[in-house]
Amino acid sequence: MRVSQLRLSLLLIFLASFALNLKADNDCLRCHSNQTHTIYNEWTERNEKRLMNPYFILDSLRIKAGVHGSFKCIDCHSSDYETYPHQGDLKLEPLSTCIDCHGGDENFADYKFEQIEEEFKKSTHARALGDQFTCSKCHNQHYYQAKARTSENVKDIVKSSNEMCLSCHDDSPRYQLVSESQSPKLIETHNWLPNQKLHFENVRCIECHTEVLDSLMVSHNILPKEKALKLCVECHTSDSHLNASLYKYKNIQARSQKGAVGNILSNKSYVIGAYQNEILNLLSILIFLGVITGVIVHTFFRIIKK
Amino acid sequence: MTTEGKIYLYPVWLRIWHALNALGILVLIYTGLNMQFAKPGFELIRFDLAVTLHNYAGIIVSISYLMFFIGNMITSNKKFYRIKPKGLRKRLFKQARYYVYGMFKNEAPPYPISEKRKFNPIQKYTYVAVMYLLVPVIIITGIALLFPELIIEEAYNMSGIFLTALLHAIIGFFISIFLIIHLYFATIGKKPTSNFKSIVTGWH
Repeated sequence: MRVSQLRLSLLLIFLASFALNLKADNDCLRCHSNQTHTIYNEWTERNEKRLMNPYFILDSLRIKAGVHGSFKCIDCHSSDYETYPHQGDLKLEPLSTCIDCHGGDENFADYKFEQIEEEFKKSTHARALGDQFTCSKCHNQHYYQAKARTSENVKDIVKSSNEMCLSCHDDSPRYQLVSESQSPKLIETHNWLPNQKLHFENVRCIECHTEVLDSLMVSHNILPKEKALKLCVECHTSDSHLNASLYKYKNIQARSQKGAVGNILSNKSYVIGAYQNEILNLLSILIFLGVITGVIVHTFFRIIKK
Repeated sequence: MTTEGKIYLYPVWLRIWHALNALGILVLIYTGLNMQFAKPGFELIRFDLAVTLHNYAGIIVSISYLMFFIGNMITSNKKFYRIKPKGLRKRLFKQARYYVYGMFKNEAPPYPISEKRKFNPIQKYTYVAVMYLLVPVIIITGIALLFPELIIEEAYNMSGIFLTALLHAIIGFFISIFLIIHLYFATIGKKPTSNFKSIVTGWH
């Protein structure tokens, strides 16, 4: 009897905390997930419906699916936001940076946040823009998912990674938030690339635009454009650059789970020149040599029997 | 049609097809090998150029194949490709025996070329296999690789593009092997160069 009472009360506490948590977020998202919000105007003494600033509209489903999905809004934002209308100067509140929470935490050791920071400081973004360029310029803290590690689908990884770059490089207002110059025209500057669309869908910008490090899952040292990889055979070869970048996590996983043979059999991607099968290569060399030997022997007999 | 004991074996359309096909296939093999085996510091030809040339040559060879296919349907040339299963093994064996033994003993060829018989049995069935099996499959897989959005994304846990490309490369290899043997056997004529002249002039 006691045990079931305890269970029941635990369940109630759980449900209540869940409901409270939801309520806290729902209070924010009730307005911030909608195109409009209603405000009580003390001057006119009536409720007025207003358009929400599009940059402050959030997708609640994407938040829940993201790495910070379990957070309450005020875990990161000031609790003063709970009063409405919000005070104007709250907008200037300094927010925590990624390293404030993730740095030095054993739980995130695997992600090597400190090394990421070191690498990022060498990058063209950090050199050109300094502290202005925060992690969240690429990693949207509301929706971020660690796709390079969690997704089974390479195209999915590529899409989410490239969206990070395109969120500024294909969006003038956001680009000009950090830069005085015009955003380079991506299609034109990549015109030299054959099958441009296929490349854009199947490899990440960072494949060519970063320096790959064996010790980091995703390289964060974004290179200046002059240093980008521009040689086709860096990827289109047996020792493809992609094995150390895009397919790195997949390769590590596959090796531990399926062994080398399983890795070949579960090939889910194809890059011209990068796939080499030792058995097929050997067979083809043997057949080729067999034919050449046959031709030489036959020619020899044709000459001596003439 | 004969002059001075010569037979007119290869009509103009066939020679044009053959020339286009030959040049196209040489380009395809050269660029294809480069795409499959290039390394930084070792390229027969620049990679992107190889891809572009391979695409163009592939399209030219496909169109010329269509020319061959239609030509063989509407002209009498089709009779040389008709399959006759009865006694096939015996005929193939007889021709093979000639190549490995008979020709060195100055025996007469068992299936000499005539207006009714352009190809010996081995030649005929190799050509049938190459032209009606290997080439169509390499053309279909090639078109699929030109338009990869047509290919199913995943089959048996493997990328559809990967399977298509693998098949394309394997058949490409066998066509290359065929080319070596084809060129060598072409030297077995009255003189080593006779057959090469025939395919240019049409007269055998």
